[in-house]
Amino acid sequence: MSAIPANFNGFIAIVKRDCKTCQLIAPVLRQLAATGDCLVYSQDDPAFPPGIPSIRDDRELEASYRLDIEIVPTIIRAVDGVESQRLVGWQREEWRALTHQPGLGAGLAAFSPGCGSKSVEPGLPEKLAYKFGDTRLGARRIEVAPLQDEHELAFERGWSDGLPIVPPTEDRVLRMLAGTTRAPDEIVGVIPPDFAPCSVEKVAINAVMAGCKPAYLPVALAAVEASCRDEFCMHGLLATTYFAAPIIIVNGTIACEIGMNSAHNVLGQGNRANATIGRALQLVIRNVGGGRPGGVDRSTLGQPGKIGFCFAEREHDSHWEPLSVERGFAPGQSTVTLFAGGGVHVLGDQKSRQPESLARSLAAMLRGLHHPKLYGGPDALLVISPEHMRVFREARWSKARFRKALAQELLVDAARILAGKNGIAEGMPERAAGAPAAKFREGGLQIVHAGGGAGMWSAAILGWAASGAKGSVPVTVPVTA
Amino acid sequence: MVTLLDPTNEALPAQRQMLPRPQSLAGKQVGLLDISKPRGDVFLDQLEVKLGSLGVTALRYRKPTFARVAPADLRQRIISECDLVIEALAD
Repeated sequence: MSAIPANFNGFIAIVKRDCKTCQLIAPVLRQLAATGDCLVYSQDDPAFPPGIPSIRDDRELEASYRLDIEIVPTIIRAVDGVESQRLVGWQREEWRALTHQPGLGAGLAAFSPGCGSKSVEPGLPEKLAYKFGDTRLGARRIEVAPLQDEHELAFERGWSDGLPIVPPTEDRVLRMLAGTTRAPDEIVGVIPPDFAPCSVEKVAINAVMAGCKPAYLPVALAAVEASCRDEFCMHGLLATTYFAAPIIIVNGTIACEIGMNSAHNVLGQGNRANATIGRALQLVIRNVGGGRPGGVDRSTLGQPGKIGFCFAEREHDSHWEPLSVERGFAPGQSTVTLFAGGGVHVLGDQKSRQPESLARSLAAMLRGLHHPKLYGGPDALLVISPEHMRVFREARWSKARFRKALAQELLVDAARILAGKNGIAEGMPERAAGAPAAKFREGGLQIVHAGGGAGMWSAAILGWAASGAKGSVPVTVPVTA
Repeated sequence: MVTLLDPTNEALPAQRQMLPRPQSLAGKQVGLLDISKPRGDVFLDQLEVKLGSLGVTALRYRKPTFARVAPADLRQRIISECDLVIEALAD
């Protein structure tokens, strides 16, 4: 339904009693209404302005929503049922010009600013969009009984990862959906292990539960999309007895825009965006995909990052190209990279001031990951701290040079690490002997810069034992609005 | 009254009946599926010998990688060629 009648020629005014300017111009509106070609919509009182017959009652705010009113008073000129011009607030000369009535508002102040429309009060745009717009939410409604606690209901229904969730009411989900231009019924991907089609709406519901702000939704959507890529192998990642789970690394301008942490305690708690985006992805996998610990999730020990693990790369003072640029995206472009990773391992070195020493030192610690005698297994994500980065920056080492030095240090003679060597049954198979073994497969080491300014500690996040083509490879997707 | 939106996929899982357990292996085609875990083949080799001694023919199958679900064509082959299947999950 249009708020402008078909073929209407004239004026439409939208006002509310609770506005000093609307009260000021009541005589103007009476004068216009008397000519018979002015419709007056009142947002809060169908008896206001007094003295005008047939005021249109817009307490439901449908006309205000359909006319996209932000300020009252607003006057719209319609020609043949179509808006041709609008004015907001009271500007005497402009109203006179619009209405071709030179004496309009004589005796009134020349200018008086308007007030906010009731239709844009906090929380209302989403409700009105749902009530009168094209937005339709398809999710099943679950009514919480009067004496029932909605938080307990969420636990009882198995929606929670063990922590309380924000109850996903219609209002909250509508506000969350305002964070994206994508339609609620658009399918983001098919989520394992149930291979369930996942809509933007379902991601929004789980993002509400995780505690996300609407501005985070595009990042959560990109993360869900990445997790559905075949090469990420989310199903196997759930089913494994290993530690790994999806870790989200955010690059580009979106990280700053939504206030993500890339500095102190970057892999820890305390930042809403970091904490809730990672959690939103895990809740989608749990609730939409059906992946739950003890069910398809067979992890022996798990790790705390399975509640959610998300952080941003510290790009602003890094002299190395960010992860997303290494992976083919333009500098500054917002991306999400998903890495199948486990827990955090300390890479401590407080003495190296030369890049050669630090590269050797980091490699020595990386060689011990998973098992010192097993090579070519899990990938790794290396998080270089600012103080370690300083050593490479001052020596003018590029990322490529660091990678090359590290790769050389990560090669060993396989004969030294065969199964049974050194009195340890574990180790490389006999067939590996006779050639150098590399700790990580080609392309299996991701490197990012993150962390607080002080501390000569970097970190390694170990990947999944089934890394590469046989299992999971990192996936990077752009973040879109 | 508070109304919540369901965060799950709202799917009703299909209910499948277990096939009746065969009374005997005589005349049955038995599939042996190696999921590509290390030493799974060792276990299946032993089973194949054991089945052979009972006069049962076994057909061998192998998943390309243990980390992914079996490809649809492999599952269809097993269904069309076997009466029952034994899957080796080993390390």
